[in-house]
Amino acid sequence: MFPRRWTHITGVLSPVVAVAASFLVGGLVVASIGESPLRIYGILFRGAFGSVDGIGYVLFNATPLIFAGLAVAFAFRAGLFNIGGEGQIYIGSFACAAAGLGLRGLPAPLLVPVLIAVSAAGGALWAAIPGFLRARFGAHEVINTIMMNFIAIGLTSYLVVNVFKEPGQMTPQTAEIPLAAHLPRLAGALHPIGVPLPYANPLNVSLLVALGAVLASWFILRRTTLGYEIRAVGLNPQAAEYAGIDVRRTTVLAMCISGAFAGLVATNEVMGFRYRFLDNFSGGIGFMGIAVALLGKNTSLGVLFAALLFGVLNTGALEVDVFTDVPRELILVLQAVTIILVVVVNEVLARRLAARGSAAAPAEAEGGA
Amino acid sequence: MPERYAIEMRGVTKRYPRVVANDRVDLAVPEGEIHAIVGENGAGKSTLMKVLYGLVPPDGGEMFLLGRPLSRHRPSDAIRLGLGMVHQHFMLVDTLTVAENVVLGEEPLKGRLFIDTEAARERVRSLSVEYGFDLDPDERVENLSVGLEQRVEIVKVLYRGARVLILDEPTGVLTPQEVRELFSILRALRDGGRTIVFITHKLDEVLDLADRVTVMRDGRVTGVVDAASTTKEELARMMVGRDVLLRVEKTPADPGETVLQIDGLHAKGIQGTEALRGVDLTVRAREIVGVAGVQGNGQTELVEAITGLLDATSGSVKLNGRDITNRRPREVRELGVAHIPEDRQARGLVLDFTVAENLILGRHLSPDYSRRGLLDMDAIDESARRLIGEHDVRPGDPDVGAAHLSGGNQQKLIVARELDCSPALLVASQPTRGVDIGAIEFVHESLVRMRDRGAAVLLVSAELQEIMSLSDRIVVMYGGRLVAEFHGGAVTEEEVGLSMIGGATAGQEPVAV
Repeated sequence: MFPRRWTHITGVLSPVVAVAASFLVGGLVVASIGESPLRIYGILFRGAFGSVDGIGYVLFNATPLIFAGLAVAFAFRAGLFNIGGEGQIYIGSFACAAAGLGLRGLPAPLLVPVLIAVSAAGGALWAAIPGFLRARFGAHEVINTIMMNFIAIGLTSYLVVNVFKEPGQMTPQTAEIPLAAHLPRLAGALHPIGVPLPYANPLNVSLLVALGAVLASWFILRRTTLGYEIRAVGLNPQAAEYAGIDVRRTTVLAMCISGAFAGLVATNEVMGFRYRFLDNFSGGIGFMGIAVALLGKNTSLGVLFAALLFGVLNTGALEVDVFTDVPRELILVLQAVTIILVVVVNEVLARRLAARGSAAAPAEAEGGA
Repeated sequence: MPERYAIEMRGVTKRYPRVVANDRVDLAVPEGEIHAIVGENGAGKSTLMKVLYGLVPPDGGEMFLLGRPLSRHRPSDAIRLGLGMVHQHFMLVDTLTVAENVVLGEEPLKGRLFIDTEAARERVRSLSVEYGFDLDPDERVENLSVGLEQRVEIVKVLYRGARVLILDEPTGVLTPQEVRELFSILRALRDGGRTIVFITHKLDEVLDLADRVTVMRDGRVTGVVDAASTTKEELARMMVGRDVLLRVEKTPADPGETVLQIDGLHAKGIQGTEALRGVDLTVRAREIVGVAGVQGNGQTELVEAITGLLDATSGSVKLNGRDITNRRPREVRELGVAHIPEDRQARGLVLDFTVAENLILGRHLSPDYSRRGLLDMDAIDESARRLIGEHDVRPGDPDVGAAHLSGGNQQKLIVARELDCSPALLVASQPTRGVDIGAIEFVHESLVRMRDRGAAVLLVSAELQEIMSLSDRIVVMYGGRLVAEFHGGAVTEEEVGLSMIGGATAGQEPVAV
């Protein structure tokens, strides 16, 4: 039937059109500072795709964005705006590092799953608080998740400086977690199958965790009763209530799962690459997650593709920064322009299609043609 | 040409991408006639009127209003030429008076800055007297009943000089008495030389009020007849394209055990006012109890209190002897209460879900559809196909979004779902609101079938006729209480209608039920 196909078309078309348009705008910006857009984009994409190392970095940069994007997208499906990914990342990561240090001595097959679970639990707990406040008191989650960000950043900062700081170090960071807690880098596994990813490349097993998270998000939403209830609550809370769904419980659970995805950023940042918690390490991964979810249309698979695109831009940006006079900030501009265009293009396309396609739908659906 | 036509439309066509809403429609309404346009939802009645009024540009055809051609016009042009539209949803400012509302946007001025309120009031008063509107120009609109609000809308249109009035489903919100008063006003307007076009799907009203009738189906005119020489059956056949069972066929009730027992139920509505003020009611197996009443007298709250959507402040609800007062909706459902909600789009469906997803709404935890938290996609799809087939839901694709179904098919979807679980009690609230005749027939048959299979059925409807024809027992709700009880078949619409507005038995103790 048409209507579903129409929505599918907008779903894929608008991000693609928006990305294309944003490159155009980005090109104009580059041209305005007297550089050749083609050359700059060439350098950008060569940086990202020109070598196995570059591709490794693309995937590595995309990994935390997949988690952060899933967090926002999942909550959105329940009708909730989780702006608190950043805070949930800090709490999940700190919990991961602290548990890693505390459980020193456990063997890797035990420690790694435990730490992954702790990361998710930390994020889930942090998201559960605004979720509960929303469900119980109707307090808006946007404001409360933002506030929880400040608390998380402040709290972890305090703890890492005053309680967990590595002795004899000036840097506000914890000691290194035990080797058994490290997630292996992928280079070692890829070499035997003929992929020459340099051993120095930080791409690690966390990418697989992220792909698993994409699958899990899709599976929960599409194949479980909980996911069904979450989507019902997100699309029509009144009907959900009518159907006997506990809207409050579903709200809290959706926030927990959303926060768990955010917390899993720790698998890349703590277990996969830094091996410690560093004060203020995230620098906005959680907020980028909002952009990723938006570009990915809040679907699990869409988030994956959007995160990869942002991975490309971030990786290429470094190259542009090193080899040209174009500032790295251009990429930030490009990303922001992309998001704005996604929103605009989406509206425009939706209206176009509505004007053409569904003008008849009210006649059919509403009656009183 | 015997007389001048108030409205003449020739070959008017309006195409939408997937639907031809109006297919070469001809409409001729002589001046001074009351003309009804009837048809099912989606037949193109409203589109035709929107085209005439200038809200929607046509793709072809020509139109004349009182002999003057209309083309590429806007509503303001149509109004200037003497056309007035009374919409289904009133557009009044609650805090202003009747007179202020009437002149709003066209205020008579005193000097250049001040509204000549005296002139406005005088104009309203004279129109009111002339046609029997019975409106006080100084009353605030918020204090008016729905019926009076509608009259304000009509006066507004007359004030702007309308010679031809279009009324879109004008009786949907009125009590039988209000309908009668409206009709006498409309007749007075006609006798004063004005032309009335009214859109409706209620065939009794057509025969009662109209001089002539245009019937539409699927965007085309399927008949133009004199109201005096036609029958409901003939009109229904032209509307639907087949013979339609207008009267519900059912055997006398054979009530069994008490299924639903409500005692002294009190509850607060959304605004915090007491919406239920001591309701006592029983519904037994194998009977249909109809709750009549003007909307807003606590029916919504009664249904929600039974189904667990609204907490009672006191009193009790028992199902098969078991106390279910203030249980959660899920428990109430699992104990065997099915619920056809009054607002199907707000409560009964998730419009962005597919048909299949909607068919498990509220039953998604049943072992038929899920095990240990995992949905059984095959079972869901299979049962969706079965229910779609059994209930003739169109289009018959389980993966179509529910939003793309017509109102009637959406309602069939809900009925299919709610009846599939063999409930002990079925609570049906406004089950045929806004659905077409074919679907009404289906819903009515379904309710009777549920009764005959042994379910207790509580029917709440603002359509008195629906209550009259389906109910074995009728209770009337007024001011949050049940004020009268009648036996189905042994009572006239007039008697029930009178108690609906608090007449006769109002103020007395509720009749023991």
